[in-house]
Amino acid sequence: MTTPTPLARVEGLGAAHSGTGHFWRQRVSAVALIPLSVWFMYAAVRLVGADRDAVVAFLHQPVNAIAMALFVVAALHHGVLGLQVVIEDYVHTEGWKITLFLLNQLLAWTLGAVSLFALVKIAL
Amino acid sequence: MAEQSAPRARPLSPHLQIYRWPVTMATSIAHRVTGVALSAGTILLAWWLIAAAMGADAYHVFAETAANPVGQIVLFGLVWSLTYHLFNGIRHLAWDIGHGFAVSTANRSGVVVVIVSALATLGILVLTHGISR
Repeated sequence: MTTPTPLARVEGLGAAHSGTGHFWRQRVSAVALIPLSVWFMYAAVRLVGADRDAVVAFLHQPVNAIAMALFVVAALHHGVLGLQVVIEDYVHTEGWKITLFLLNQLLAWTLGAVSLFALVKIAL
Repeated sequence: MAEQSAPRARPLSPHLQIYRWPVTMATSIAHRVTGVALSAGTILLAWWLIAAAMGADAYHVFAETAANPVGQIVLFGLVWSLTYHLFNGIRHLAWDIGHGFAVSTANRSGVVVVIVSALATLGILVLTHGISR
């Protein structure tokens, strides 16, 4: 038995008009976060209880600054995609859904900007 | 008509509190809950980084908050959330490429993920709060 795929639906990329984009980006960020999370836990273990000077010295090193920036960006990206699915699953009022989509994205952008600004300030 | 009630209780449609929780259901729900918790945790991550960038006073406020009991419980929850979501995420990626779908395998991998994430969390706890420090 075959599953016919009408051309119109393929061109419209399905009900959400985004095709497999969400699914794929969720997986790419997940794969990236495997090594990045392990590194982050190593960094966190090293820096628990450390004073500010030790944290700054650690993040001043280019490798650590870049790894932390990658972790922040990948985690926020992955989190936005995940929370979007949670919102889609539980919020069925169109107005609330759109509002939460906006808050989800805007909060992540803000947290990303704050985190990256902090990293640049420390690293340079 | 009211007197002619049903002679015995009719079966009701089962819901979450009726079902025995299978391993796969519990691990799936935990994956979502830990994911939401970790998203909230990015606020604390941004706070930590900006506090370090701003100066000693700002960092002191963060460090004091992190060190008090409530802060420690929150951070402990985030560590377990991260280890659990990481290991269970790898389980999900294995499913995505078609591995481990047999019910017995999925149950076993779920138990393994719970145990390994608990051990990893305890390991991190020992490394950060152990006697050696």
